[in-house]
Amino acid sequence: MQAIAFYLLAFVTLAAGLLVVSARNPVHSVLFLITAFFSAAGLFVLLGAEFLAMLLIVVYVGAVAVLFLFVVMMLDIDFEALRKGFAQYLPVGGLVAGVLTLEMIFVAATVATNGAAGKNATPMASPEGISNTEAIGRVLYTDYVFFFQMAGLVLLVAMIGAIVLTLRHKPGVRRQDIGKQVARSPKTGMELVQIKPGEGISE
Amino acid sequence: MIGLSHYLIVAAILFTIGVFGIFVNRKNIIVILMSIELILLAVNINLVAFSAYLHDVVGQIFAMFVLTVAAAEAAVGLAILVTFFRNRGDIAVDDASMMKG
Repeated sequence: MQAIAFYLLAFVTLAAGLLVVSARNPVHSVLFLITAFFSAAGLFVLLGAEFLAMLLIVVYVGAVAVLFLFVVMMLDIDFEALRKGFAQYLPVGGLVAGVLTLEMIFVAATVATNGAAGKNATPMASPEGISNTEAIGRVLYTDYVFFFQMAGLVLLVAMIGAIVLTLRHKPGVRRQDIGKQVARSPKTGMELVQIKPGEGISE
Repeated sequence: MIGLSHYLIVAAILFTIGVFGIFVNRKNIIVILMSIELILLAVNINLVAFSAYLHDVVGQIFAMFVLTVAAAEAAVGLAILVTFFRNRGDIAVDDASMMKG
């Protein structure tokens, strides 16, 4: 049962990943990216890392993928022109990818059988008796609390950076300037005009 | 029986799919950013698989930090992309040499 679930989730993850990089329409790419993240979250659940699986769905599907979708749909881009060169780079890209896959599979097989993790046959994402979330919390808020706060700082800097990069003040938009309002006196705020009868005033 | 090597092989293939995506979509920076997300997802699968099979929860902490950095990277990358698009009118990155002296 677990093997069926693993093979199904792994196949869906890899197929969706391949479709992300080969889809013609970037909107489809984003949707396949969401599929890949969903099935990767399923793999995490199979390993027993439930908290990280939920985090993956919340952060990636809820925030990052929506951000991608937003940008893809908002920018008016000629995607067909950007696809030129796909066939040109296909051979060298496939060669590099093939060599890299073989090397990494050999290393992974060696590490998995001879490494320190090889003697444990069953996955166990949290110690006996406590849930995965509790186990993570116990480590994260004690030994790694400094790194946790650094992660928060990274997010803060990224947020400020994104705002600074994309914020722009349109000219001609009237905004409230409270300092200016308070500094107004009757002398600057009022103008006395002498109007000749029958003519009116022009701005 | 599903062992550690199965997860490592899935992660390795996903990683190379990401590298392949960067190679073949050289002009489309949006797909390049998505490929980077795939690569980071592969790294996360590796970390979580090792964490589970070493019976040590610290790997999942590292995966969480990778997740944080990936989210920050996507946000800043897309912000730069939007600014670039506003200035240039397209997002072809292979001739992005505006900063050349």
